[in-house]
Amino acid sequence: MLPTLLHEKQKRVAAVMEHASGDKRFKILEAHMKKHQYRHDALIEILHKAQELFGYLEDDLLLFVAFRLKLPASRVYGVATFYHFFTLKPQGKHTCVVCLGTACYVKGSAKVLAAVEEKAKIKAGETTPDNQLSLLTARCIGACGIAPAVVYDGTVTPRQTPETAVEHLKGWISNGH
Amino acid sequence: MVIDDLNAIAEKERAARKKTVIRCCMAAGCMSSNSEAVKKNLEQAVKDAGLSDEVEVRGVGCMKLCCEGPLVGVDPKGALYEKVTPEDANELISTLKGGKTKLKRGDLNHPFFKKQLSIVLANSGEIDPERIEAYIAADGYQALHHVLREMTPKEVVETMVKSGLRGRGGAGFPTGIKWGTVAKTQSQQKYVICNADEGDPGAFMDRSVLESDPHSVLEGMAVAAYAVGASQGFIYVRAEYPLAIKRLQNAIKQAKSLGLLGSGIFESPFNFSIDIRIGAGAFVCGEETALMGSVEGKRGVPRPRPPFPAESGLWGCPTLINNVETFANVPPIYRKGAEWFAAIGTEKSKGTKVFALAGKINNTGLIEVPMGTPMRQIVEEMGGGAPDGRKIKAVQTGGPSGGCIPSQHLDTPVDYESLGKLGSIMGSGGMIVMDDSTKMVDVARFFMEFCMDESCGKCIPCRAGTVQMLHLLEKILDRKATARDLAKLEELCDMVRNTSLCGLGQTAPNPTMSTLRFFRNEYEELLQPDQFGPHGNGEIKK
Repeated sequence: MLPTLLHEKQKRVAAVMEHASGDKRFKILEAHMKKHQYRHDALIEILHKAQELFGYLEDDLLLFVAFRLKLPASRVYGVATFYHFFTLKPQGKHTCVVCLGTACYVKGSAKVLAAVEEKAKIKAGETTPDNQLSLLTARCIGACGIAPAVVYDGTVTPRQTPETAVEHLKGWISNGH
Repeated sequence: MVIDDLNAIAEKERAARKKTVIRCCMAAGCMSSNSEAVKKNLEQAVKDAGLSDEVEVRGVGCMKLCCEGPLVGVDPKGALYEKVTPEDANELISTLKGGKTKLKRGDLNHPFFKKQLSIVLANSGEIDPERIEAYIAADGYQALHHVLREMTPKEVVETMVKSGLRGRGGAGFPTGIKWGTVAKTQSQQKYVICNADEGDPGAFMDRSVLESDPHSVLEGMAVAAYAVGASQGFIYVRAEYPLAIKRLQNAIKQAKSLGLLGSGIFESPFNFSIDIRIGAGAFVCGEETALMGSVEGKRGVPRPRPPFPAESGLWGCPTLINNVETFANVPPIYRKGAEWFAAIGTEKSKGTKVFALAGKINNTGLIEVPMGTPMRQIVEEMGGGAPDGRKIKAVQTGGPSGGCIPSQHLDTPVDYESLGKLGSIMGSGGMIVMDDSTKMVDVARFFMEFCMDESCGKCIPCRAGTVQMLHLLEKILDRKATARDLAKLEELCDMVRNTSLCGLGQTAPNPTMSTLRFFRNEYEELLQPDQFGPHGNGEIKK
């Protein structure tokens, strides 16, 4: 039993390495690991970099990180799934993050989210079928002075209403919706 | 670097100061309202008006009144302009030559500004956070020099004990005692960690401190490291604060290049370097043992205490963990003395506290007031009360671990003990104001959902208890619950509070318990008659 499993594992690692050899981004990631001297405590930093390069953390990428850092795959997968910031699914071209922190909530961000969900026909945490828009929520982005805040493609936008939010998304949602 | 070099930098910076300074807020709040373009246009307008020799346009940290951003201040005339757009730049500059402007001017004599006492935020909104020279000119790194060259580590700890500073992260543990414990533990390697994982929704004080005055935190950490005998520091900061991370990285680089971090600081045998660790969105990582796990690159899961981090922390070494605001308090204490600090505040809570005012209130933003200031003064005088003529119903402090203070208790002084008596906590300093349109049961549900989502899943009371409590709260809100459900909810609150492993679980019931204590009628109004209970009220007769 054991030899077969080991054999399977080696085949998987070989496949991952082959995948990695043809992609420049893996080289950049490898350089980043080297900068951190392949230290195990730099795992979160390296996953940040990986997500920045690839947009999301696919299985091959996680196995590559595990293999290079000489960590069990379970440990890398465990960390990647524990933290909300890491996503294991591909994201849409645009992102819309509605802050649901207390200050934003008290000022009506739930209504903003509901309006956006209705307009885009997706729920929070999902991506539109045409991969144009990912709708996310945040637990507080620290912009409480200008609540309710929404982050469109990384730009924090103050004092949103259901109307302004839907208006902002017009160009991102295809007309069929 | 010796003291003369430091003074020379300060002198040079002071000499280069121009007659008029236009301060433009470059903290995250105002920047999201386009203050970067405002600053760029102001610089151009100064050039166009031929005033480049007299006027400096300076990007500064948070100017506190976030709701009116972007803010622009003019010194020494003492004007504060609100909601400035890039198009207003020329008009604003023309006022320097006696021109008129229709721009909205903030009232600097308003209690919002007048009643503030700035220690932590003294440099915020005044100096350019991206230049170490500006911090040095504001007496920066003087405290570190004083400590390294004139005090023994033991004296440093004693001064901290005397100052009476308590941890600003929420629990209020005396900082001096914590430092003393780490200093006493024998070890080759010790660590200092700055907890900048400001996860409480509705709190943004630490973000503002990091964005507005990052060097004060670095200096505070260095002083602490000398006191406890550590040589390596970490700042654990949330990934949600990109600007704070950028300014911290920049600050560390500058401090290193001037020899204020690194080896042999101020030609003493003291070495200290700081690394940044970026979080990845887990509220539980604000808990110190979970945070250390995350710094080690693992899942942020708490572990039982003791052993406390002061004895066995990061990689098993003694570790000092303090919050951003605690470290920012350190340099002023050593510059001005423990007695000066201890004279501010109340008997048991010394110094000032920064609060983030948000929610249904007219003036949202940052305030720093002496400990013991009545809450009514903060929300009604300084905050200007609720908008649209509504009445303030409650003030929520301490985030998901805190509670709601009802309006009849607004005269409570804000300090650790008084808030604790009301079933809330000081917390890190978020203050969310709720007006009479807010439904308290819904607020309790909101926080319970938060805690359920953020529970790490290690211990059962928190993992399963928060789910059950949320179900019960939703059942109440759906008008399907009976008195028996409410009794069950209270029982669960008590159980989760007493049996959870870490602070997250132990305090998760707080918002529910405090709303039950002060707004029980709102729960009871939603209850349905119990069809199956013997008395129709859920009580089972024995």
